[in-house]
Amino acid sequence: MKYIDEFQNPDLARRLLDTIHATVTRPWALMEVCGGQTHSIIRHGIDQLLPEEIELIHGPGCPVCVTPLEMIDKALEVASRPGVIFCSFGDMLRVPGTDRDLFQVRAAGGDVRVVYSPLDALRIAQENPEAQVVFFGIGFETTAPPNAMAVYQARRLGVRNFSLLVSHVRVPPAIEALMTSPQCRVDAFLAAGHVCSVMGTQEYPDLAATHRVPIVVTGFEPLDILEGVRRAVTQLERGEHTVDNAYPRAVRAEGNPAARDMLADVFEVTDRAWRGIGVIPDSGWRLSGRYREFDAEHRFQVGAITTTEPAACRSGEVLQGLLKPHECEAFGTTCTPRTPLGATMVSSEGACAAYYLYRRLGGTPTPTTAEATHVG
Amino acid sequence: MCLAVPGKVLEIEERDGTRMASVDFGGVVKEVCLEYLPDLRIGEYAIVHVGFALQRLDEESARRTLDLFENLGLLEEEFGDPWEQAARTDTPTPEAGR
Ligand code: SF4
Repeated sequence: MKYIDEFQNPDLARRLLDTIHATVTRPWALMEVCGGQTHSIIRHGIDQLLPEEIELIHGPGCPVCVTPLEMIDKALEVASRPGVIFCSFGDMLRVPGTDRDLFQVRAAGGDVRVVYSPLDALRIAQENPEAQVVFFGIGFETTAPPNAMAVYQARRLGVRNFSLLVSHVRVPPAIEALMTSPQCRVDAFLAAGHVCSVMGTQEYPDLAATHRVPIVVTGFEPLDILEGVRRAVTQLERGEHTVDNAYPRAVRAEGNPAARDMLADVFEVTDRAWRGIGVIPDSGWRLSGRYREFDAEHRFQVGAITTTEPAACRSGEVLQGLLKPHECEAFGTTCTPRTPLGATMVSSEGACAAYYLYRRLGGTPTPTTAEATHVG
Repeated sequence: MCLAVPGKVLEIEERDGTRMASVDFGGVVKEVCLEYLPDLRIGEYAIVHVGFALQRLDEESARRTLDLFENLGLLEEEFGDPWEQAARTDTPTPEAGR
């Protein structure tokens, strides 16, 4: 337990760990759904503090990582067009498309801009009426409501030169797909706290009951994660499988009703491809009929672009918890954050990058600098 | 962008028919949309993601999280210059660390 002193409250951390150690009697595999949790787990060496019976599997919850190559290529194509101002979150700049990334499109003269909020992109559209302003709408249920608001406002204010390239994904269908896969090894899920801040917990009881799998809503800080693990393991040892909220300071059962209403208005559920995994039924959102005119895929006629992913990259197996990043042959050799073969190496929330940054030295978390986190 | 950061509401104003606030994240002040938490008041804390307040947070947990993020360099990552950060991935990784 040598890293425990770095925790904000080492006493509490130790108590949680002691309880977990005392509770566990046999092997369990827990999947943390969210990339933010993966980052926190690897950075703080939490997996190494847990009893060896507990394996943490790093799930597909990094939106940057699961955005399909095809969608990246569409973004690159749109961003290269004259007269387009392409707006994106900073995390997407280095995500490799088939032959380049957004950073390079900008270097070649494309007008690519990074925004903090989707409303910044809308303002750019208002200020540049002669240009077509496109916003790259990626993310899970947490990011979808902000992006939905930008489209809603564009329609309300009559900003016709604004559009959204939509690649939104939903967590529950991904959990369903993982649980129905014959290779599934997951005994319990740590569900993503901020997704539930928006959506609440109502989507999960059916999943927990059908697949007899505990689902514990968990936060992102080291203590949150230990508490999530403690509750999941307690359920597993007792043979229970319910939805439990271990992150009540940010998650209410009903979520955020205003945000959910907006989602229901602006988006509709659709099948969506996840990078490295493939199409998962009902796992995404697209613009609903009332907002279809704001769909960039349609406006720029890039719907037909299709791409195949590089065979060397095994991020699909990593995202499903079938392979640990360092078990991939390319890891740290041909694939590094500087020369990523797959998106799980690009984003600091991706499992491959997290291992690369914090696990270079044979299983010891490398001391971190602020700089070392700037990969995403 | 995946981060959701707690912030404190400093000011609230209506713009273009939209409820907006200035929110303080441990010293960095940003424009934040309050449409999803319309009854948030000045002085209160909320979890903010990509410029939107998504859920109320009590002051103590907000401060604790902000301290942690600050120590981990996550605030700089969230609010720093993204072009600089992206450019850095094209030069030898600052492996040195400590
Ligand atoms: S190490 Fe690189 S090539 Fe291997 S799975 Fe991860 S991203 Fe793909």
